Amino acid sequence: MKVKMRNPDRIEELDDVRTVGALLARLGVHPDSVIVIRGDSLLTKDQRVSDDDEIELRPVVSGGAS
Amino acid sequence: MKCRKCREAAVIEIRRHNAAFCRDCFLEHCNRQVAKAIKEHDMCLEREHILVAISGGKDSLALWAILTDLGYATSGLYIDLGIGEYSERSHKFAVDFANTRNLELKIVDLTEDAGFDVSGGARSSHRPPCSVCGISKRHWFNKVASEGGFDAIATGHNLDDESATLLGNLLHWQVEYVARQGAVLPATNDGFVRKIKPLIRLGERETAAYCVLSGIDYIVDECPMAAGNTGLAYKAALSVLEDFSPGTRQMFLGGFLSHGRERFFGADEEVRLVSCRVCASPTPAADDAECAYCRLKPKSRHSGFSDG
Repeated sequence: MKVKMRNPDRIEELDDVRTVGALLARLGVHPDSVIVIRGDSLLTKDQRVSDDDEIELRPVVSGGAS
Repeated sequence: MKCRKCREAAVIEIRRHNAAFCRDCFLEHCNRQVAKAIKEHDMCLEREHILVAISGGKDSLALWAILTDLGYATSGLYIDLGIGEYSERSHKFAVDFANTRNLELKIVDLTEDAGFDVSGGARSSHRPPCSVCGISKRHWFNKVASEGGFDAIATGHNLDDESATLLGNLLHWQVEYVARQGAVLPATNDGFVRKIKPLIRLGERETAAYCVLSGIDYIVDECPMAAGNTGLAYKAALSVLEDFSPGTRQMFLGGFLSHGRERFFGADEEVRLVSCRVCASPTPAADDAECAYCRLKPKSRHSGFSDG
């Protein structure tokens, strides 16, 4: 599958990953630090993914001074 | 994972609520949390006209969408800080959102309207860029709200932002800042318009999810000036605690606002305000009657920018 990652923008190509949780673990991404986007919806960490998927891991932490 | 409310397939899990939601129930959850925060802290009344501070990011655009959904009369204010491509892109997201929803967006261009940008202001004042940005935004929010007759200024500070700010203030025992940190900063007779933070019950993961599920495009890139900001370190520290014990942020900030903050009252000396001799904005009398914003400007002249 193709996984779009941000800041900096890049694409990771992964195979043989069965769930979102496994995907995040493989990439070393904490589940609460991103939202996982497929199409126009979001995936929870128990959802299944396939090698054909295009997924975006979008970070949610913004850092401006409040 | 099933939605806690309707048992359909969930799209997001929120560990501090020990719950997952489908799209529709999640959007409803966000609206309900904002409505609850507004009511809990007496932020504003239904008939009031609210100026929403818009950055083009997830928090401010989610806030504007939710306030509109809840029936509030709103206008947006976008301030172009002159941060190169980052400002150009965030500007476009703000304008596109307003146009799509037929909402009024006011725009201030710092370089054109004030005569300096954030980098120039930082160089000439020897302040960090985030400080110049904050001073400039607070000045223009209040000026536009005051001149436009708005009842309140709403900002997109969320649960993660506010709990990180509180942690930072407590770690440094900046008790006067702690005493002033609240969900509402009341209007003053001296010219400050009320400021409200309706997102304090929503985390930044929720505002990002809200935008994606509502079809709102926002700027995902980080502000290039924010790298190394200490606020990020406080957020990271709270994330560790939140991971160990979900709900820590909510307990920390919620407990502070409901019964901790009052213990710090009196730590902030009452400040007598006067009108700034340059721009007439309210400013502490001790500051030689020139506000922090105007003190940025004359120094900026030396860096080649025109006076504004």
